[in-house]
Amino acid sequence: MRLTLLHARYQLLEILRVPIAVVGSMFFPAAAMLFFVVPFAGDDPVGATYATAAMVTFAVLSANVFQYGIGVAEDRDQPWNPYTRTLPAGPGPRLAGRILAGLALTYLAMLPVVVIAAVATAARVSAAQFLLGALGVAVVSVPFTLLGLAIGYSLPSKAAIVVAQVIFFPLAFGGGLLSAPDDAPGFVKVIAPYLPSRGAVELMWTAVTDWRPDPVALGMLGGWIVALAGLAGWAYRRDEGRRFT
Amino acid sequence: MILARAEQVTRRYGDVIALDGVDLAVRAGEVVGLLGPNGAGKSTLINLLVGLRKPSAGRVELFGGDPRDAASRRALGVTPQETGLPGTLRVGEVVDFVAAHFPDPVPRAELLDRFDLADQVRRQTGGLSGGQRRRLAVALAFVGRPRLVVLDEPTTGLDVAARHTLWEAVRAFHAEGGTVLLSSHYLEEVEALAQRVVVIGRGRVLADDTVDAVRGMVGVRRVSLTADQLPELPGVVSATRTDGRTHLLTTDADQLVRDLVAAGVAFRDLEVRPTSLEEAFLAITEGDPTPSTATATA
Repeated sequence: MRLTLLHARYQLLEILRVPIAVVGSMFFPAAAMLFFVVPFAGDDPVGATYATAAMVTFAVLSANVFQYGIGVAEDRDQPWNPYTRTLPAGPGPRLAGRILAGLALTYLAMLPVVVIAAVATAARVSAAQFLLGALGVAVVSVPFTLLGLAIGYSLPSKAAIVVAQVIFFPLAFGGGLLSAPDDAPGFVKVIAPYLPSRGAVELMWTAVTDWRPDPVALGMLGGWIVALAGLAGWAYRRDEGRRFT
Repeated sequence: MILARAEQVTRRYGDVIALDGVDLAVRAGEVVGLLGPNGAGKSTLINLLVGLRKPSAGRVELFGGDPRDAASRRALGVTPQETGLPGTLRVGEVVDFVAAHFPDPVPRAELLDRFDLADQVRRQTGGLSGGQRRRLAVALAFVGRPRLVVLDEPTTGLDVAARHTLWEAVRAFHAEGGTVLLSSHYLEEVEALAQRVVVIGRGRVLADDTVDAVRGMVGVRRVSLTADQLPELPGVVSATRTDGRTHLLTTDADQLVRDLVAAGVAFRDLEVRPTSLEEAFLAITEGDPTPSTATATA
């Protein structure tokens, strides 16, 4: 545990030393919030709360897919990574530390969205809803962390950058993160329940509003988590097998 | 006491055999030089001994345990490749990070002082010179007060002064009873540091003995002469021609001279000299090695 925290601290340190990378993951959701939510739904307490929860999910999605997808793939290119495995710790603390650091950065990435919502919109939540929402972020991080790890461990870094980007946008748009719950384009309504991003945003809505989640979307989210866990586990073991057996 | 051991170790990468039935034992207090050209299998052997890879066949041991168990690596010091230091971390942070993995690390200031890096403690590793980065990489191997240090090509690409700083550190460690396994393709380095040299070529141990013994065992002589034309000569390991002089390497200089005379070659300025270890080493790795005759006492 001590070593896991150590690895997490150093992962964060490495990332924070290049602040532009962190700013990048905070900028996109914050900008979307400012351009699309504040002017259109800002005055409506219900609409603004839904939109804020969707933007938080958007931030969680982008933070995880990019930092794991690209970060892990880049790390695998670095000789520092095998070196750390000759230390008397093994690969466990490094992986666990990475996930802890990733979670911390996920919270950091959604922070501007929450601040903008509180300051510039009519979105309001109770204290209990706020805590549930904060907890919800950790829960909805799970499928996207697994997705990011699957990308990062299975692809070389140049390919990982492209694949992360290609996967990210359809998930965000198709899952209905960029539209109000009942106001999405027709095809989005059709495909959304089958995407993990929809199940995630439904959970967030349920946490911070009186939304009743779509059981299909939640069931699909469960299915996605199992599938992505399998994929990430397979990619991790394949990578271990190639480089360390 | 044996700190690291390989027993009949074979390692394949797909169809390629990187190591082929290698035996090696590193005893406490030794400095062992692992010598061989690129691709000979040195790094593979080191990766097996530090637990990064598993042998395809045979057994490796580190402090009597499996090198892949973290507990077996507590008294092991390894050096990362110089290019692999995290560029955004400061020198002091990298040292602290590695130190946190060991129960009784060397204090940071003392370590950096020993490797002449005290002034760099606040600098990010990405901003260091190549020599400083390499010194830091080697310093990391000593952080945890190891009993065995494994250095893979520690001074490749270093200038002479930086190389000597590192050699001093290795000698000081050895003088305090430390054990070192170091790979190199610099013979000068192995001769300067090691008492024992293990020559690896094409995945096999070609020789395992003292530096002097390896040189003597191969017994390669250099026969130099000036001649216009030379016939095909048996027993010549290699032939080079510079400035009109022909240099022949052979394991039997007497017979070569007899052959030259018998063939009626019009030569002059004949010279027969012992070879440098480098030439000896090239002769046993590039020639047709028969390990059974080259492998001496283990």
